[in-house]
Amino acid sequence: MITIKKAKAGDALKDAVEKISGVDLSVCLQCRKCSSGCPVGKLTKSRPSEIMRRLHLNAGNELLESDILWMCVSCETCSARCPMGIDVAGVMDALRKLALSRGASKQKGNVPLFNKAFLKTVEVFGRTYEIGMITAYKLGSGKLMNDTEKFPTMLKKGKISLLPSLGGDRKTVKRIFKKTKQNKGAGI
Amino acid sequence: MRYAYFPGCSAESTARDMHQSTLAVAASLGIEMIEPKGWTCCGATAGHQTDRVLAAALPAANLAKIKDMGLDCVVNCAACYNRMKVANHEIATESEIRNYVSDAIGRDYDGSVKIKHFIEVLLEDVGIEKISSAIKQPLKGLKVACYYGCLLVRPPKVVNFDDPENPKSLDKLVKAIGGESIEWPYKVECCGGGLSLSRTDVVVNLTDSILGMAKSAGADCIAVSCPMCQVNLDLRQQDIKKETGRDYQIPVVYITQLLGLGLGISSKKLGFNKLMVPASNVLEKVEVSSNG
Repeated sequence: MITIKKAKAGDALKDAVEKISGVDLSVCLQCRKCSSGCPVGKLTKSRPSEIMRRLHLNAGNELLESDILWMCVSCETCSARCPMGIDVAGVMDALRKLALSRGASKQKGNVPLFNKAFLKTVEVFGRTYEIGMITAYKLGSGKLMNDTEKFPTMLKKGKISLLPSLGGDRKTVKRIFKKTKQNKGAGI
Repeated sequence: MRYAYFPGCSAESTARDMHQSTLAVAASLGIEMIEPKGWTCCGATAGHQTDRVLAAALPAANLAKIKDMGLDCVVNCAACYNRMKVANHEIATESEIRNYVSDAIGRDYDGSVKIKHFIEVLLEDVGIEKISSAIKQPLKGLKVACYYGCLLVRPPKVVNFDDPENPKSLDKLVKAIGGESIEWPYKVECCGGGLSLSRTDVVVNLTDSILGMAKSAGADCIAVSCPMCQVNLDLRQQDIKKETGRDYQIPVVYITQLLGLGLGISSKKLGFNKLMVPASNVLEKVEVSSNG
């Protein structure tokens, strides 16, 4: 059984999630096909169908602390298999966006920090720069030693690039990031 | 056959082997691939987990350039393919997104560029008969587990690539090369994708299941078409060994690498030297068949 605290005024997520994702939460049948197919469902405390139910029952910001938000691998199996055609993965994207804007607490592994480090290299170089992004993530997360044993072999085999690529149209990419920051409040 | 070829950022780093083998196979089959000048990142998973407009505008900046070239777009990275298809779909069907994207990239883009995965080009435009007849070194007896992962087949309504639950495209290519594509149930399971660095524990858990299933199904190697699947399944075998003691030693190769071997292209040109788990059992088959 799912018990939820009724959200405080202004705290509810339902409207914001529906606006961002374009999903009508009320059509969910609770058949749990999404949860059955979810590859990380075996590792998380909550499952996609439970998130859908809680949202529909007007859950508030506490839902943004669910571990599945940042363990979801965006594989879209849930959306592909939903008999009602609900874009469950789109709901997850909407929840992540709200978690960032409403300042939900950081989670193990810190996916937002990784995403930020990834996008920062894109903003600066126009293309992903893996070593730059890995360094920024390691410095931010304090996990300096993770995977370092693999780098010498990867570099030797040419499986990773030492230097960033500078051939991209950086001007347009910078403009995209600037406009995205300006439009942050657009609610889509 | 002429296409605008979008390599994607991995092509210059962790997926140079994919890039090299794609270009070598294309040249061998007479497919002309032209890189759009100044192409930039598609935003990948980090983009769509952060902002919808950002996630659509980054691919659109490239698609607008390709529109000017007047060519269809071909992508071999499953992640870029997915992001470009989703962006195109959203821009074409949601005027609000189209307006925001146009403002962000500084010009209007209508979502009209046709996007194909390189596998679709091989199967639909070149044709399996032509490929079969071009094979010089059949990979006889090689048992291949074809792994499609997520981004090639989902969301099915948008990407419209093969059967989303039991795709056969890679299997058809393996058969054309003379190999044996094995039946196994994890074709479209997820490897953990972009969580490789941020949640390595999750990726180790998921790749362990996939590799274990491929092994019990009797695979000599796994064929992929996504740089994230390749890196996760190849690189994480070391971590799985450390954590569980299971030492799979299954080579994870790009389908274009296998096809290239079949077409008689040298393993070096196809980037086989870059794999973390060496594909010596795959290369042996070619040596045997070319000697015999």
